[in-house]
Parts: sequence; structure tokens; C-alpha cells
Amino acid sequence: MADDNDIFKKSEEFNQLINKQKAFLEELVKENEKLRYQVAQLKSQPHNNGLFREEIEVLRKRVESLELEKEELIQRYQQVEEENKDFAKRYVEIEEQNNNLANLYVASYQLHSTLDFQEVLHIVMEIVINLIGADTFSIMLLDEKSNELVVLASEGYDENTKFPNVRFGEGIIGQVAKSGEPYYINQATKSYPVDFEHPLACIPLKIKENVLGVININKLLVQKDAFTAVDYELFSMLAGHAATAIFSSKLYSQSERKLSTIQSFLDLLTTSQNQG
Amino acid sequence: MENLRFLVVEDSPTMRQLISFSLKRFKGCKIVEAVDGVDALKKLQSEEVDMILTDINMPVMDGLKLVTLVKQNPKFRDIPIVIITTEGAQEDRDRGLSLGAEAYISKPIQSSGLIKVITDILEKRK
Repeated sequence: MADDNDIFKKSEEFNQLINKQKAFLEELVKENEKLRYQVAQLKSQPHNNGLFREEIEVLRKRVESLELEKEELIQRYQQVEEENKDFAKRYVEIEEQNNNLANLYVASYQLHSTLDFQEVLHIVMEIVINLIGADTFSIMLLDEKSNELVVLASEGYDENTKFPNVRFGEGIIGQVAKSGEPYYINQATKSYPVDFEHPLACIPLKIKENVLGVININKLLVQKDAFTAVDYELFSMLAGHAATAIFSSKLYSQSERKLSTIQSFLDLLTTSQNQG
Repeated sequence: MENLRFLVVEDSPTMRQLISFSLKRFKGCKIVEAVDGVDALKKLQSEEVDMILTDINMPVMDGLKLVTLVKQNPKFRDIPIVIITTEGAQEDRDRGLSLGAEAYISKPIQSSGLIKVITDILEKRK
């Protein structure tokens, strides 16, 4: 009986061992399956790598094109930056031109706003003071009979200053009148002494080639260091427009005087006839 | 800045025209002109202005006297004043500003410079 029990026990143990082995084998089979699957996957890897490489290639090309785009954008940015600087420079130039035009327009408008000789002289002086910034200057006209330049108006000189007549062609002033070419000193003007016959600038007043007179500038206003670009434009404008305005107003005054004389003569004749 | 009203006080017609011409950059602006300080005070009684631009050397009443009187008058003292003059020495500038002027510009003026000064003053007052 005891043997039967032992056998039963041993067969039970054997059964359990078999079952364990079975479970172990099943586990091995599963593991094998897993490994097979992984092997299959690994086997299919070269195909996947190909896809991956294609994607990488596409991305690499995209990166390259983006790099190119970036380079282009940087270049464009630099161009825009340059254009911007250019525009800023151009803006300043246009502002300057605008200032010049405003000055020239006003000066020209004022010069031709009257036919009164004294008023014209006054306007020329206003332009020289306010638009050019001259402190000490004179306006001289050519006396055709004596062939001398005579001061008609002046500003800023000492009370005792005497203005000698200048012979046509003599000295700086006479030479300017003769040649019709303006004379300028471009060095530091503040230290330049006030000397009537040695001006900082001498501008001929001329109609075509006929010089009527000159404007002599001997000193600039304290806040003005030297002549600027607009001053030369104004000088050029003054040379022509002031001369025309002065000439017209002189002609007008002469014709007014003649008209008045003729009128007086006619009145006298009429009175004589009425009395006779 | 639109529809501004300026009082330009100048005895020189050339400068009056140049200043007025420059001010036309302000869209819709109105410009009242006076030939000296007395004329300016008269104009102020009948015209409301946003700014006064005045010369110094003028007959009858000069620009400094005008600045003094405007700044003493409670009705007008808030109106900003810009002095535009041939007097360019530092002591003249200091004097003008000490009387209450907001800015001092020496002639010859540049149109764009004048506009900038005016714009700066009006911007600060906003």
C-alpha cells in the first residue's frame, strides 16, 4: 500500500515536472516567435532604411533650399538697408532743395513785387540780410557817365566809413563789374577783416552781359560761419533778378518823370490856349 | 498736426513770406501776420492762435517787449513763442529764452529746421 502511495506521489511529481517542462517549452516557443518576429523586422530593415534615407534626402534638399532662401533674404535685407540709407540721404537732399527753392521763390517774388526803385533796393537788402545772413554789405551801381561804381545802399559799416567810388575794372570790385563773374572767399570768414575794397563776396548784378552794379559782402552775421550751398544759389539768382528789378524800377521812375514833365507841358499849353 | 493757427510777427515782407511759406507744410494751417509788437497784440485780441513766431528788431515795439507782454498776460501766456532773429549772440539767445520764449532761431532760417522746432514744441505740449 505504501508502495502504491509512493508511486502515486512520484507520478504526481513527474506529472508536475512534465507540466513545468511543457510550460517552459511553451514559453520557449513564444520567445522563439518573438525573436522570429524581430528577425523578420530586422530583415525588412534595409527596405525601411531606404525610405528613411529618401526622407533624409528630401529634408536635406529642403534645408539647402531654406539656406539659399535665407542667403537671398539676407542679401535682400542688405539691399533694403542700403536703399534705406540712400532714401534717407535723398530725403536730406530734397529737404535742402526744398529750403533752397523756398528761399529762391520768396526772394524772386519779392524782387518783382514792386516798381519803386527805393523799395527794390530795400528788398535786395532784406534778402542779403535775412536769407544770406550778411551783417555788413553794400550795393553799388555803375554810373555809366563816369564809368564808376557808386554805393547806393549799405548796412552794418561804422558811421565814419567812407565809400570811395570804384573805377570800372579796378580792384576786386571793379574787376567783378568788368568780368561779370562773382568773387568769393571760401576760407574761414569770421576772422576776415571788414575792408570795403576787399569783400568776402562780390556779386555782379547783370542783365545778360551788361553789368549794372555789384553787391559787396564784407561780414557775415555772428552765427554764420561761412557761405553755404544755398547762398551761391541766391547769389546766382540775385545776379539776374535783382539786376532786372533794379533796371525795371529805374526805367519806370524815368518814364514816370517824363510822363509828369509831358503832362505839365500839356497842361501849360492847354492853359495858354485857353487864355489866348 | 492740422489746422494750426500761427501769428507771424515780422517787419520784413520777405521774411514774413518765407516763414508763412514754410508754415504751409502744416495742413490746413491759418497764418495771421503782424508787422510789429503793437500790431501783434492787436491781432491777439481778435484772433486765437496756437503759436507766435516773432522777430526781435522791429519798429514801434520790438520782439522782446512783445514776448514780455504776452507772457505777463494770463490770457496769452500759454501760447508758445518762437523768436526768429538776426541777433545770434549767446547773450541775446539767453535773454530771449529767459523772457519765456520756447525757442530761439537765428537767421538765416532753414524751412525744415523751423518746422522741426515748431513740431517739437507742439509735441511736448500734447
